[in-house]
Amino acid sequence: MTDRAASDMIDFSYFPGCSMATTSKECSLSLIQACKYLGLNLIELDDWNCCGSSSAHCLDIQLGFELSVRNLTLAPANRPLVVMCPSCFRNLRQAKHHLAASRKLQESVARRYDNLVAGKLDIIHFLSVVGQMDMEKLQEKAVWSLHKIKIAPYYGCMLAGPPPFKPQQGDSFCIERMLEAFGARIVLWPNIRWCCGTFLTASKPDVARDAVNQIMESAVASGADCLVTACAMCQINLEMRCTLEKKIPVLHFSEILAIAMGADEEQWNTWFRYHLVDPRPLFAKLEAAS
Amino acid sequence: MSGNIDILHEQGRGKSFSDEIRILCGVNISTCLQCRTCASVCPFYEAMGHAPHTLFRKIQYGLRQDVLTSSAIWICVGCNTCASQCPAGIDIVAVMDVLRQLALETNMPIPEEDILNFHREVLHSIERYGRTHKLEIMLRYKIKSGHLLADLDTGMIMLAKRKLDLRPSRVHAVNEIKRLFKKTWQET
Ligand code: SF4
Ligand code: SF4
Repeated sequence: MTDRAASDMIDFSYFPGCSMATTSKECSLSLIQACKYLGLNLIELDDWNCCGSSSAHCLDIQLGFELSVRNLTLAPANRPLVVMCPSCFRNLRQAKHHLAASRKLQESVARRYDNLVAGKLDIIHFLSVVGQMDMEKLQEKAVWSLHKIKIAPYYGCMLAGPPPFKPQQGDSFCIERMLEAFGARIVLWPNIRWCCGTFLTASKPDVARDAVNQIMESAVASGADCLVTACAMCQINLEMRCTLEKKIPVLHFSEILAIAMGADEEQWNTWFRYHLVDPRPLFAKLEAAS
Repeated sequence: MSGNIDILHEQGRGKSFSDEIRILCGVNISTCLQCRTCASVCPFYEAMGHAPHTLFRKIQYGLRQDVLTSSAIWICVGCNTCASQCPAGIDIVAVMDVLRQLALETNMPIPEEDILNFHREVLHSIERYGRTHKLEIMLRYKIKSGHLLADLDTGMIMLAKRKLDLRPSRVHAVNEIKRLFKKTWQET
């Protein structure tokens, strides 16, 4: 269905991060598809490295900063850098913040990377890119209607920044606005930003399990058919650590976006292959948007 | 826990524990109101044992050893749920980062070996490839922590779903990454 691709493309630099490249390939594939429909040209940073995840800043603040900064120096100044993973977004944005605040750091980066602009880069999460779009236009472009699906929007915690960062206009309600434009039924539920446990899933699985079960239980109780999340780590933790008998699929924001905007069954089935809780039955009888 | 004595002791040294933290990360924890908002919103309060407000109180009392050997500073995942609600606007996660650094730098006993080992394996992978190779991280972590057979089914499902690649995704200029590690982190 590539004929539905938008004709005027806007360029963005793109930082995929390790999850997109490995454990969450479906997120990356659906993102690429969604961007085609939205007219966004994502240009991957050449030879990007891991931002340090949680582990770098946990053990060595300076190393975390350095790993993020190298990525910032790979990005040209004339276009915003889009990040899909909320955890990478947090690290990159934090590094830019430190850099912008210190002449000494700027000089060190300038000397080592021959780069004077890393501290001025515009860094934006993909959710905010969509949040800034005209939802009525999205609605007009929708191909599939989601009106039969009840969805629990789930942001996860990583988009909440530390005190120097204020939430951006429109960010806190972006998933709901997008889902509404596509006609989905949005449920009310309490845990929209409850943390999934992040790295505790590996080193303290019981603690992560309790957090995940609490999230899943309340989403199920709200009557939702699925969750839609902005965070690939939440997605995998919720699928992997949930021990409840009744679980519902957890979709990436990019998947639901790409589906509503015109992906076909063959495409979404390639993404859903990677899911541990099969979302296919939910999309088997989609109706065309009017 | 002889708090009062420690306060005097810290003041006597000229630079208190909270001063030291302020110098290291620019965050002033003495503005903490002890309102316990952080405790009421933290998703991992129970597992951590101490919420930020308790740690901050202990810091104000100069209870260095107590704070730096706590599980709380390792179990905290840095989710910012607390900091985004804190009425004093304290960057709680930045303080947690500094506390872990101090614990490592001063050779404090670390009560959460598994968490430390996991982070080390992640860094090891980044040092080697420039990116995280999740399968290798999990295997090495499991060998080191002795939980080789725990959670095996989850790992198998991940493999079957092709969520764990056998080969790492690599940075070409991996020497650049290695240099960053030389400059800072030394694996112990
Ligand atoms: S929320 Fe902030 S001010 Fe209140 S107790 Fe916690 S750290 Fe202190
Ligand atoms: S950042 Fe740490 S202390 Fe704050 S809410 Fe999250 S886990 Fe709890």
